[in-house]
Amino acid sequence: MNETIEVDIKVPNQTRYLSLIGKIGEDVARTLKKFKGDREELAYHINMVLTEAMANAIIHANADDPSKEVHVKIHIREQELCIHVYDQGQGFDLSTPPKCKENSNKLDEHGRGIFIIHSLMDKVSYAPCSNGHVLEMIKNLK
Amino acid sequence: MVIQVDDKGEVVVIQVKEERLDAHNSSELKARMLSLFEEDKNNILIDLNDVRFVDSSGLGALVSGFKNASARNGVLKLCGLQPQVKSMFELTRLHRVFEIFTDSSEALSSF
Repeated sequence: MNETIEVDIKVPNQTRYLSLIGKIGEDVARTLKKFKGDREELAYHINMVLTEAMANAIIHANADDPSKEVHVKIHIREQELCIHVYDQGQGFDLSTPPKCKENSNKLDEHGRGIFIIHSLMDKVSYAPCSNGHVLEMIKNLK
Repeated sequence: MVIQVDDKGEVVVIQVKEERLDAHNSSELKARMLSLFEEDKNNILIDLNDVRFVDSSGLGALVSGFKNASARNGVLKLCGLQPQVKSMFELTRLHRVFEIFTDSSEALSSF
């Protein structure tokens, strides 16, 4: 049975929409009947990475500019859940050294978002696109 | 953001009455803690029993409170973490930084 799902959403550049987008991602993940793992855990992780990616786009890439917007695409194919988060800004540094390793400063107040995304997803990339940048996050569903 | 603050004498208990502690509302928790520090209330217990989702901004706000309390010879402790919230503390290794208790009565007796 074909289980392709595509969700395409644009929201204003405001953190009040984090909850909405996170919950949509969570609900989409819950529909994956074929997923053999813990579906509730997957749903929570999708909510988490969407929240982190959106917050980066809104606050850092789009610099809290209310005239901008964030565009999110969630695409589920056979064995893969793919999320694209498009910003309209100058971008941010995805290669920031992941925090939380044993030798990093545990009491930093910032820098955990990128670490969480890298930890919960299988493939993460960030690249320029027309009018801004796109963060791609892929989770294997095997 | 809905927060309930109860002054228990030596300790101030902050109950976060929200489903999410994230980049949208965590600055309000940070501001509320700073106002307590200004009143010289440096022993704080944060009850997260109602919270089912904490992102990196929420974690950052709690770390900020922890550092401020410690700098003033106080302490900030946590209680009531839901399993998925606790998993984010473990992922980021912050469970090694905070003293975390099952519920508020257990936490209060530890001060």
